[in-house]
Amino acid sequence: MEHIISVTAENKFGVLSRVAGLFSGRGFNIESLSVAPSVDPSTSMMTIVTSGDDRIIEQIVKQLNKLIDVIKVVDLNESEFVERETALIKVHTKPEDRAEALRIADIFRANVVDSTSMTYTIEITGGIKKIEAIINLLQPLGIKELIRTGRIAIAREPIRPAVAQPKRVAKE
Amino acid sequence: MKLTGAEIFVECLKREGVKTLFALPGGVVLKIFDVLHQQKDIDVILTRHEQGAGHMAEGYAKATGKPGVALVTSGPGMSNIVTALVDASMDSVPLVCFSGQVSTNLIGNDAFQEADNIGLSRPCTKYNFLVKDVNDLAVTIKEAFYIAMTGRPGPVLVDIPKDVSMNKADFKYPGSVAIRGYNPTYDGNKWQIKQAAEAIVKAKKPILYVGGGVIFSGASEELLELAELAQIPVDMTLMALGAFPGEHPLSMGMMGMHGTYWANMAVHYSDLVIAVGARFDDRVTGKVSEFCPHAKVIHIDIDPTSIRKNVNVDIPIVGDCKRVLRELNQILRATANGEQKELRKPWWDQIHEWKRAHPLTYEQDPQGPIKPQHLIKRLYELTRDRDPIVSTDVGQHQMWAAQYFTLAKPRRWLTSGGLGTMGFGFPAAMGAQAAFPDRLVLCIAGDGSVQMNMQELATAVVNKLPVKVFIVNNQYHGMVRQWQDLFYEGRYASSYLDVVPDFVKLAEAYGAVGLRASKVSEIDDVIREALAVDKPVIADVPVDKYENCYPMIPAGGCNHEMILADPPELKKKQAAGAQVVGEDKDTVLTA
Ligand SMILES: Cc1cc2nc3c(=O)[nH]c(=O)nc-3n(C[C@H](O)[C@H](O)[C@H](O)COP(=O)(O)OP(=O)(O)OC[C@H]3O[C@@H](n4cnc5c(N)ncnc54)[C@H](O)[C@@H]3O)c2cc1C
Ligand SMILES: Cc1ncc(C[n+]2csc(CCOP(=O)(O)OP(=O)(O)O)c2C)c(N)n1
Ligand SMILES: [Mg+2]
Repeated sequence: MEHIISVTAENKFGVLSRVAGLFSGRGFNIESLSVAPSVDPSTSMMTIVTSGDDRIIEQIVKQLNKLIDVIKVVDLNESEFVERETALIKVHTKPEDRAEALRIADIFRANVVDSTSMTYTIEITGGIKKIEAIINLLQPLGIKELIRTGRIAIAREPIRPAVAQPKRVAKE
Repeated sequence: MKLTGAEIFVECLKREGVKTLFALPGGVVLKIFDVLHQQKDIDVILTRHEQGAGHMAEGYAKATGKPGVALVTSGPGMSNIVTALVDASMDSVPLVCFSGQVSTNLIGNDAFQEADNIGLSRPCTKYNFLVKDVNDLAVTIKEAFYIAMTGRPGPVLVDIPKDVSMNKADFKYPGSVAIRGYNPTYDGNKWQIKQAAEAIVKAKKPILYVGGGVIFSGASEELLELAELAQIPVDMTLMALGAFPGEHPLSMGMMGMHGTYWANMAVHYSDLVIAVGARFDDRVTGKVSEFCPHAKVIHIDIDPTSIRKNVNVDIPIVGDCKRVLRELNQILRATANGEQKELRKPWWDQIHEWKRAHPLTYEQDPQGPIKPQHLIKRLYELTRDRDPIVSTDVGQHQMWAAQYFTLAKPRRWLTSGGLGTMGFGFPAAMGAQAAFPDRLVLCIAGDGSVQMNMQELATAVVNKLPVKVFIVNNQYHGMVRQWQDLFYEGRYASSYLDVVPDFVKLAEAYGAVGLRASKVSEIDDVIREALAVDKPVIADVPVDKYENCYPMIPAGGCNHEMILADPPELKKKQAAGAQVVGEDKDTVLTA
């Protein structure tokens, strides 16, 4: 099963190779990995999309935790989370299809971030289904280049009730 | 006052209490060697190969419980010590290895003798550091020792560029270390420990599966108390030998591929396996899906990744063996009572029956070739009162040593288990001898293995490390030959070694003492003679070259399905001398 794992690590030289080396050395899958500095610039946040049965995921989480530069590991599948990915799609298309490309971008609320007489570069952000859907639609028009960030994800904050629950009051 | 990086290095080592450094110089570390040369607190042992330095540091660490420390140069110095780092990584040996690196401004330029030391060592160290600024050197060294020695021990590499050793900085040694991503768990979860205690009291057929973690944690006393309190038989892994007194009535000896029949039967039929500081290696579990099929499993380990890595665990306890066993014993002292003995009588009866049915055996014909088991047994009997430290190489002789050289105490046993590194034994023995100049240090070596670090004989002679090496000389890569006998129809592809070199002459060439026992009747004399001299000794003992090591669980087999002796057709072939497939000639050396 697919899991999204969020890792907080020291933001320093070599950390990425330690994480990547762990996955390759132990034969774990990496579907995507994205990394950038966090609010605290001494740490960075990674989102790793991986897959495996429960035993493997448990090992991945433990092995990541064991890395000395890793500060925190959360398997996001254990709670609710929001995930997003951005893609930049360069469509190289015949003059008669240019309008169609724009229409598709519009339907998906994607932005055109660059354009030439032959190409449009379309930026799209969303869940993986949305990204894949737009790619499928643009494919017949001619995609010259495609680049994706890989998924990033964050846990949803649990919704706290605005007022104290009567039950708890009753207990006290 | 400002110190150079080299001076800071030496100061830090002194603060860490380092007494011995296993080292081999080169261009980028000359500054460090120069400073080492001008002080007396740290003894520098110059080895003949960096692999030797690494295994010596391992032997030192295993025997003392302190970190082993090595210093090598950049490039080839570093790549030569990689095997020892992998070995230490697999067997959780605390090492701090310092490597020289080209100057910071040259890194990445394919400079002379440059290697990516951080890249090379990343998968075989617990952690590694590249020191880019002399101001970071002291803190880095402090952290390196801390990481090597805490939690699950392991090797740490510190890569020091040449300019860092030359540049100056203020020296201040940090008093403590705080690494936010590294907080090993030492105390076990109390609730889980209570669960474990309840399971232990109730079990009818419990077994302790004891691993190297008990030795690292110094938990032998606690283990003994637990076993005695609850009357539990104790199976040991190869790495745990000595953690529990081998001659204690509760000791079952070694388990696993070449473990005793009863140790393996007991774990297979047990209803409660209590794994303490062991990692469910495939040499122990055999076919994982059939490992202890009837048992509930308790697993105590300091490293969460060891738990549930290979087998499912019912009661996991993350923590240090010593602390966890203490807590467990405290509960058991109140709850375990005479009833356990009664409850487990049928279990013990069964175990005794297994022991009677298939004891460890060999037949020594007094006129015939020396049986390797007999040699090891005599070595044990003639040295046991001196409480020796014993190292081994890798192969059949290692397994026979595990079976026949019974150990009473921890930190007496130096062997390469996880990586199975041929050539480990001799330098490891020297490392232990460097730590304990007055103790008896034996090395039970293979004729194949010992040649992999033979050059260290010079180190032993020059540094007066009087280790006693007994070469179990079967003229073969015996363990390979055994697999070829059993699984490749006796085709001895590249396993025959012949009788080259003449180890006695070789020893003499190095200025060591060379001895040879060619007949059964000569064994005792040679052992006594070896012990009597105050020099390194190489005792070459030609043994029966076709002897195979049993019991044996074929790789991937089940623990209760052991091969107990040579299959009859193999025996016949050997008797007829029809085995000479790869052997060109069959010379025997005499003293
Ligand atoms: C030719 C050959 C044949 C072999 N045959 C056998 C055989 O028949 N039987 C056998 O047993 N082995 C055999 N081995 C060795 C085998 O490959 C493994 O090395 C060995 O079984 C591992 O032992 P262990 O489980 O004790 O683990 P170790 O490698 O000693 O690991 C120790 C475990 O303890 C944990 N630990 C460390 N410190 C602490 C602490 N303070 N508190 C708690 N836990 C801690 C670690 O996290 C780790 O999980 C053989 C090796 C060779 C080369
Ligand atoms: C460095 C290394 N290379 C190869 C092996 C594979 N191997 C395992 S045991 C063995 C034979 C060892 O021969 P020897 O040292 O003579 O011991 P014996 O089995 O004969 O007692 C070999 C080649 C190994 N363990 N280590
Ligand atoms: Mg041999």
